[in-house]
Amino acid sequence: MMKRRMICLSILLIAATAGSALAQNAGVSSGYPTPKNGFSPAEQRGHGLYLRYCVLCHGVFGDGNGDNAPFLDPRPRDFTAATFKCRSTPTGTLPLDSDLIGTLVRGVQATNMPSWRPLTDENRQDLVAYIKTFSERWKTEKPGDAIKIPPETPVSIESIRRGHELFQKMECWKCHGQQGRGDGPSASTLTDSKDQPIRPYNFAMARNDSRFKCGSENQDLYRIFMTGVDGTPMPSFADVMQPNDAWDLVHYLRTLQTERRSKENEVLKAAGGAATLKSSENKSENNSAADSNGKTHSGGH
Amino acid sequence: MQMRSGRHLPAQQSALAFLVAAAFVVLFVVLSSTPGYAIPAFARKYGLPCSACHEAWPKLNSFGQNFKDQGYQLNNDRDSPIWLNPSYWPVAMRITPHWHYESLGHQSVDSGDGTVEQTIKTSGFDLTGIDILAAGTLAKNVSFLLVPSIDGVAGTVGFESANIRLDNIKGSPWLNLKFGKFELDGPLSEKRMMSFSNTGGAYQLYHYVPAGDINDFTVGENQLGVELMGHSLDDHTRYAASLISSTDGSLGLPGGRSYDGFVHLSQGFMAGKLGLQRVGVYGVTGLRPTYSLTSGGEPIPGTGRGNKSFYRAGGYGNLYVGKFDLAGVYQHASDNVFLANGTPANGELPEGAQGATWNIGTFEGHYLYSPKHFILGRYELVRMSRQPLSDLPSDYGNIDVFTAGYRFYPFINSRAGFAWHIEFSTLKAVKTADSGADQRSNSFFTGFDFAF
Repeated sequence: MMKRRMICLSILLIAATAGSALAQNAGVSSGYPTPKNGFSPAEQRGHGLYLRYCVLCHGVFGDGNGDNAPFLDPRPRDFTAATFKCRSTPTGTLPLDSDLIGTLVRGVQATNMPSWRPLTDENRQDLVAYIKTFSERWKTEKPGDAIKIPPETPVSIESIRRGHELFQKMECWKCHGQQGRGDGPSASTLTDSKDQPIRPYNFAMARNDSRFKCGSENQDLYRIFMTGVDGTPMPSFADVMQPNDAWDLVHYLRTLQTERRSKENEVLKAAGGAATLKSSENKSENNSAADSNGKTHSGGH
Repeated sequence: MQMRSGRHLPAQQSALAFLVAAAFVVLFVVLSSTPGYAIPAFARKYGLPCSACHEAWPKLNSFGQNFKDQGYQLNNDRDSPIWLNPSYWPVAMRITPHWHYESLGHQSVDSGDGTVEQTIKTSGFDLTGIDILAAGTLAKNVSFLLVPSIDGVAGTVGFESANIRLDNIKGSPWLNLKFGKFELDGPLSEKRMMSFSNTGGAYQLYHYVPAGDINDFTVGENQLGVELMGHSLDDHTRYAASLISSTDGSLGLPGGRSYDGFVHLSQGFMAGKLGLQRVGVYGVTGLRPTYSLTSGGEPIPGTGRGNKSFYRAGGYGNLYVGKFDLAGVYQHASDNVFLANGTPANGELPEGAQGATWNIGTFEGHYLYSPKHFILGRYELVRMSRQPLSDLPSDYGNIDVFTAGYRFYPFINSRAGFAWHIEFSTLKAVKTADSGADQRSNSFFTGFDFAF
């Protein structure tokens, strides 16, 4: 009698646990119970993963006000605004899922956002599905179309020189500084869309394994010019810059990473080094000082 | 009449027990629906919840394993302590006040002119040793772990771990060099074990040697040496190779003038919706002295002679199915005949002496209903395949251990961890009593495990 009851109890226990597991999980489990209030299965799984991994920074409501947020600089992303830095889509548009997944895989350089590479692909898809529930924008808008990135132009001293001229002309130096150290005259005044102070990217501190916020390749840098970094003062130059110009600027910016091994640095060194670019730098800076009288450029840096 | 009521009463009691147990199952499921939040030991540095790195602390999940393999780094440019508030001190402490009950069957007890065998039972309140956990980075890609451990019974302080690690040498995750005292990168971490009791608080897999064997090596003890470790970026592929002093982690120079070598290779792979699974192989080999030079009859430290060999080799798999995970490990072990029989290499072996070999299987399953509720089940079996003496019964010293436990994390806040722990473990050792009877040990353990 007792044995039979023990068997029944065992079956009940196994059924309860297995049922819970199968109903709520796929892939690597978050371990958290998931809500049932109209969420899709992916959103439900994402909810559990969000509680496990994200909630203390991004907050229960996805507004970037988690328990740890006051201690973080920059502050965690506010998902309720649906404004994302790293996109392949034009400025002001929603990103593709692949953009958000890319951010999860990569992490975000110079922030507390780590790489979530150890999670599974399905985990990341579920997290993205859940993150999208925080803003109504995802219900009323569609993500933009990914910008097209033309093939990279050859790296040459002419390209680097043109990029340098663009750097002066577009007044990139006002935020990023002439040496790309993020110490331009406007740098200390910059704030993000939440009025939090923000620092321009410091190209000069890059080493061989350094990354940008949204990637590490030349293509990623090109993409940043064309999409901008939404929520920050970094604008999109898609309307004012031709593709070849953007590649020239990419090639020049790589030379600001003086400690990094790159073809751009090799070409510049062979041509005589950074001194060969100085004449146009001085000219542009003088012109800019006379023209703008210290104002930031039209891109909104 | 009494007989009848005597029959009815147990039936009623068992029915009541069944209902109580069923109610517990229902209550367990209902209560588990409240999510909790957590912060890990490194939270003050990175601001991540503890559940980011631990399935249920101290057991790591894949993200936590990756964090550890990176040298306690997230590789997000915030790894160097230069980013930290100067008041930050990377130290945590852990201890577990508890009550436990122990019983050991067929224990020989002096009685009059001879001995009798009886079961010894005891219980009482107790403390584990306190672990002081200091870990972090000294600079980008230079990490450390220091764990002074205070033994409350002996009143001594030891170093459970003390190592420095050069991470991502030449920018490659495949080259990491650890130096000092550290836990071997085995298939199961005994330092992150989810059981504490006298019977179930250590892996037979790592500690078992036949009776009379003088080999002191255990995979479970932290070892002194150097480890070269590497992994793919996603941690799916991992390797570790260690060269360690033959002291089983004890400080001081080895007695036998030899080193032990340990290797571990594993590969994780995605199995569709089941998620990440892992298989691996490992092995360790070394030498141990069987006698020492003496002075006045006393052994002279560092003069071990007559080194004899041993090895352990195994394979394992970690299976994840939703909230269930199951680890299965098989290990074959062999000790040289002189070690197995505790005989100096310059001495004479007893008749029938032979090298000892044995096999161990360890199966450990976890069910994580939520990060607040963790259930453990473990079964280990040791089977002798060759006894150190040919006339010993073939199953002499075989062991079966079953351990079941449950941990409840009533809250997990941003600065501390707290768990109620309950565990039962039972061990049967075949024919090990003086009378030749099987010996059974039982442990019941409950307590509060906390870290801050």
